[in-house]
Amino acid sequence: MNILSQEHLKSAHQATEHTAYVAPYVDIESTDSGYVLRAEMPGVNRDSIEITVEDGNLVLVGQRQPLSAGGEPLHRETRQLSYRRVYELDPSIDTNKISARIEQGILSVNLPKAESLKSRRITLE
Amino acid sequence: MNVIRYHNQGRSDLAQTFDRFAALRGEMDRLFDGSFGPVFRTPGSFSRWAPALDVYQDKDQFTVVAELPGLKKEDIELSLQNGVLTISGERKQEKKSEEGYRSERFFGRFQRSVTLPTSVDGDKVKATYQDGILKVVLPKAEEAKPKQIEVSIG
Repeated sequence: MNILSQEHLKSAHQATEHTAYVAPYVDIESTDSGYVLRAEMPGVNRDSIEITVEDGNLVLVGQRQPLSAGGEPLHRETRQLSYRRVYELDPSIDTNKISARIEQGILSVNLPKAESLKSRRITLE
Repeated sequence: MNVIRYHNQGRSDLAQTFDRFAALRGEMDRLFDGSFGPVFRTPGSFSRWAPALDVYQDKDQFTVVAELPGLKKEDIELSLQNGVLTISGERKQEKKSEEGYRSERFFGRFQRSVTLPTSVDGDKVKATYQDGILKVVLPKAEEAKPKQIEVSIG
């Protein structure tokens, strides 16, 4: 899949100098009209998510909201780290039409291809 | 307290290898410090789909927190029996097409159980599910009353 190709490790690394982040699990689905990216970000709500496109990179940052669980921890497996992941966008993606929503900790990003690049059926005359 | 991660289906060789490492790490933890490392000692830490889980305690209650992104309330089952809280359910995949798919996420059934250190008042257990985080609050009971209840998510 020659899409949102490689993750941009360099810029992801630069960001970790100040804040520790964890990379969310991500699925990417290819559709006729573009791509749908789904990232698992439990503990993140719509006000604590930031999606930016810079230099052809899609940057996803989700700030985890603090847990409101009282008392001393008896057992801990969750990592209370915020999420960050960077993808290099395929040039076919129309960056003006990227849309996103978050529902129960799943961030869905819709990455449509530019109209002129969509595949279409040519009928013979 | 006893917390066990359940996994059985679809275990890969690689996951099993990691489990062996986890078991070894557990042995080492036990050698050097008996009180630490419950996460790494847990069998199956590296296999598929077992949600991460925390347990907290204050003087009145226990709080169990599980990371379960992308579920519907109806797809989460909670039960409390003999002081063991069990969280189970199924995560369904949203994808529509089989073609052109890159996948890191886990789907399918999951189950986790927590043995609570002291008895709890089963009638007063409350659960919420928000931003993909399940939170179950279990008030401590004065005395043990063995019974089974079904908890609905509010």
